[in-house]
Amino acid sequence: MVILRGRAWKFGDDISTDHIIPGRYYHLRSNLPELAKHVMEDADPEFAKKVKPGDFIVAGKNFGMGSSREHAAIVIKLAGVSAVIAKSFARIFFRNAINNGLPVIIADTDKIDNGDELEVDLDKGLIKNLTKRIEIKIQPLPKIMIDILKAGGIVEYIKKHGKLPVETK
Amino acid sequence: MSTITEKIFSRKIGRDVSPGEIVIAPIDIVYFQDGTGPLGIRVFKKFAQGVFDSSRVHFFIDHAAPPPRKELANDQAFIRRFCKETNATLHDINEGISHQNIIERYAEPGYIIVGADSHTCTSGALSAFATGVGSTDAAIAMATGTLWFRVPESFRIEIGGKLERGVYSKDVILYVIGKLKADGATYKAVEFHGDVIKELSMDARFTITNMVVEMGAKAGLIPVDDKTLKYLQEMRGKKNFLMLNPDNEADYEKEFFFDGEDIPPGVAAPHNVDNWKPIDDVEGTLVNQVVIGTCTNGRIEDLRIVASILKGRRRHDNVRLLIVPASSRVYNQAIREGLIDIFINAGAQILPPGCGPCVGIHAGIPADGEVVISTQNRNFKGRMGNPNAEIYLASPATAAASAITGKITDPRKFL
Repeated sequence: MVILRGRAWKFGDDISTDHIIPGRYYHLRSNLPELAKHVMEDADPEFAKKVKPGDFIVAGKNFGMGSSREHAAIVIKLAGVSAVIAKSFARIFFRNAINNGLPVIIADTDKIDNGDELEVDLDKGLIKNLTKRIEIKIQPLPKIMIDILKAGGIVEYIKKHGKLPVETK
Repeated sequence: MSTITEKIFSRKIGRDVSPGEIVIAPIDIVYFQDGTGPLGIRVFKKFAQGVFDSSRVHFFIDHAAPPPRKELANDQAFIRRFCKETNATLHDINEGISHQNIIERYAEPGYIIVGADSHTCTSGALSAFATGVGSTDAAIAMATGTLWFRVPESFRIEIGGKLERGVYSKDVILYVIGKLKADGATYKAVEFHGDVIKELSMDARFTITNMVVEMGAKAGLIPVDDKTLKYLQEMRGKKNFLMLNPDNEADYEKEFFFDGEDIPPGVAAPHNVDNWKPIDDVEGTLVNQVVIGTCTNGRIEDLRIVASILKGRRRHDNVRLLIVPASSRVYNQAIREGLIDIFINAGAQILPPGCGPCVGIHAGIPADGEVVISTQNRNFKGRMGNPNAEIYLASPATAAASAITGKITDPRKFL
């Protein structure tokens, strides 16, 4: 897998899918490029303008809590964010992100501040905080999720292999 | 020795499974709503032809019903066309909320149910393993009749003793979430036991399982008892159902005990569901809008409680009171029982069955600086369509009492 590089945009704990993509933009869900202009709007109204391709969203615990709207993971990906790094994730968001090929990384984010430059090596399981000159370990993902991410998402996986990414006993 | 969740997965897969295992399981019911359905259909069309079993695939138009804008009307037309093409079961704008229809008409003990809506967990009060997923996972289930799962560890939550007058299942679950916090049960299946749970009606139990996702849980389950059976026999018109109970020595990752007598009426204060406060701490807070309904508390028992408080009284002049039956069945029953009369005389506006103002799309978006008290399940910033409003979550009784006084009010004053 490639090495990801970009700056950190830091958020707090319990960022909900309503923060990520508010329900008031419900009518834009079939127009994803328009919807993506509102990414993270209720957490930081300027985020969509400021974020650059390759950047990271960095957060505390329970990122993506709340509704099952997969659009939350999709607009983050469309905004060019290369990965979300958090102490923990809510389960539906976590699975939606993997299914869409958006890396979700579990790590101790206390040593990452807003604006830090990061380099992430998913194969080695390591985040390099270039600004602070420290390394942070990533909690490894289950194999099934790595396989889906490597395929670029679960639909791509199914198209390629003709089945779900798990062996039945 | 197995929990309810382990029993469901073992039975479906045909061998004993353990928590942490990754399995492919057959799906009994898969459903979408109008906010997640169009994406699900588009994903489905990338890799699949037909649906696995059209009688087990449901589409509900409940979030923006009827549609307030052309974009949403087009999304809904797209869903209708897909249902025609595939014969999938369409539940149009009149039928009400997906989860309410699933419990009224389809869910059974032992089922594995996935829905592209996070409150799919509601059916767990019938001892189904029901969990919310994204559109893509639901599309896979719709195409293949299967989905991969990591069998979750289980928590056991016992609510012992009994509830005092004026305390309802909504107060119980808000209290529990306040203790465990918003990520306290992430990835876990949560079982509810104890005398308080046994005493609750089915309508009240659904409020408990509806909200387990607010502490991160994958599913919430309540063992099958006589009340479950009676409910199912009445609603399904058949006699026999799977009697699902955990083994006596089932392995739980964590166990929690709460005493019903310790739980007062309470609220979740802005902007998080785990921001629990006893009613005493917030009483007197001025409110502009009261919402009674949603998949959490829009059932007939909820409306009866509200009617008992509103009868012969009227909402405060400064308050808008919105009442939303969860389904057409609930609405019809409320009309037959004369509840709607009481609501109209109390100055309420009755909204059509559906999600109503809970998701911030239409039908009751608060103004800047306004305060809402609602029986819904989420109070996140922006949830009801305006990030400059504040939302308190409470029981139907607390909401009704607050509508009368115009400020957050202990419902025991009106009982």
